[in-house]
Amino acid sequence: MYAIDIKDIKKIYKGGVEALKGISLQVKKGDFYALLGPNGAGKSTLIGIISSLVNKTSGKISVFGYDLESQLEQAKAKIGLVPQEFNFNQFEPPLQILVNQAGYYGIKRQEALIRAEKYLKQLDLWGKRDQPSRELSGGMKRRLMIARALMHEPCLLILDEPTAGVDIEVRRTMWAFLTELNKQGVTIILTTHYLEEAEMLCRNIGIIDKGCLVENTSMKSLLARLETETFIFDVDPPTHLPSSEFFSIKQVDEVTLEIELDKNQSLNKVFAELSAQGVRVNSMRNKANRLEELFIGLVEKGSKNV
Amino acid sequence: MFNHNYFIALKSIWRKEINRFLRIWVQTLVPPVITMSLYFVIFGNLIGARIGEMNGFDYMSFIVPGLIMMSVITNSYSNVASSFFSAKFQRNVEELLVAPVPNYVIILGYIGGGVTRGLMVGFMVTCVSLFFVDLQIFNIFVLILSVICTSILFSIGGLLNAIFAKTFDDISIIPTFVLTPLTYLGGVFYSINLLPDFWQAVSHFNPVFYMINAFRYGFLGIADVSLIWSFSVIIAFIVALYTLVAVLLSKGIGIRS
Repeated sequence: MYAIDIKDIKKIYKGGVEALKGISLQVKKGDFYALLGPNGAGKSTLIGIISSLVNKTSGKISVFGYDLESQLEQAKAKIGLVPQEFNFNQFEPPLQILVNQAGYYGIKRQEALIRAEKYLKQLDLWGKRDQPSRELSGGMKRRLMIARALMHEPCLLILDEPTAGVDIEVRRTMWAFLTELNKQGVTIILTTHYLEEAEMLCRNIGIIDKGCLVENTSMKSLLARLETETFIFDVDPPTHLPSSEFFSIKQVDEVTLEIELDKNQSLNKVFAELSAQGVRVNSMRNKANRLEELFIGLVEKGSKNV
Repeated sequence: MFNHNYFIALKSIWRKEINRFLRIWVQTLVPPVITMSLYFVIFGNLIGARIGEMNGFDYMSFIVPGLIMMSVITNSYSNVASSFFSAKFQRNVEELLVAPVPNYVIILGYIGGGVTRGLMVGFMVTCVSLFFVDLQIFNIFVLILSVICTSILFSIGGLLNAIFAKTFDDISIIPTFVLTPLTYLGGVFYSINLLPDFWQAVSHFNPVFYMINAFRYGFLGIADVSLIWSFSVIIAFIVALYTLVAVLLSKGIGIRS
């Protein structure tokens, strides 16, 4: 049984904008799945349809075997949603928000208070439980939405850009929290613009562009397709531009070189050649995240095909 | 089917609504009491003394039921209209839409909040009125039934307004241009028997007239039209508006894209 089984979902908004052009995809139970795509690709529309916030035009979705039309309430009970934008009452304190949300899922107040304490403590918000939510920082508000989504202990957690605008320390804490949740058996679907986040956390990946699913595979096999990789070398100012017959070298500025390598080429060879030409390397890094290079490639390919 | 989970969900929505208007009590509970006190002073004490009797009662005793009902109507309506629209505006209505809560539970929860505020304000206005008039109660059952039915009806009306509203202006247009005229022309300050025949007939198309009529009967034992007819009209409006709201929510109009 799939955690989520999406068949030929289409969405045409009033005015004729075709946001989704027949997307089909399955996410396995227990998976950590990345759903990527440029802005306006249709990711949030798809998430909106799964979580009943957007009416679909056609197609079928089932969540843990429950049909989203005929067994809507059972399906909803399985899903926890962390939306992209803050959508809680900014005048209510976190504790009240969580307890109310649990109540909507039929959880008794006594049990809701226990769960709220657990999640607020886990997400480091317990000290702010009675403070109006509008006074929380951006990172705290994001964590509050995660806590709220977990109150009914869903089997499927959908996070729409949960780390947007969050500093790196909070982001890393959230990554650890989500990884732990996934280990406990919660299926997670994540959309993000931080591709290193997707690469680090997710096992499988889908890429949506212009309402179509252009890729749906495992992270490993996608990264294996990377044929070239670009490195940035910080060097002492060379007296001349080094050259090589094995790889291309581009001088970015006086002390920076950009070198593109094929997948089967060794970095040892680069160091050897640079050293032989009297270039001293001070440091080295990837030009872009590996997934980012693939993502841009796939999306650009999609644009050319349109 | 109304299972236990729905009951918990209903209680949660209701409690949330009550917390909301209690949190901002200076905006929600105090102003209607002050406004109605001014009505009592000006229309009852100052002007009323010159008007004399209305349907066999001094003018103050005659208008008190209408003024209490007016405060119940406006507060039930505006509570649901502003709360539901704010939930749409801040998008926290999504908390309900993603949860396994049937639409009728959402409607009942918001009605519960509107009725609670309407009755609470009505009770406070009644207490204030005791400083100005020696209130008598002719039929407590009719009085309670009419105030609850009216409060339910206008809570649904507020919800309907909020569903269609796109801006904050939209939730003030109906109360200003529809609700207030209907209330003032519904016989709060006069008996419709004073009107010419044509305007008496027109008044019979005003639903608020039937509510004030039934409520006034509960206090004074006088009515311009029969109670059965009054309650039939009120219940017919409740059923019609509830059905309309339920259909709109099931289609996602005003809440889903």
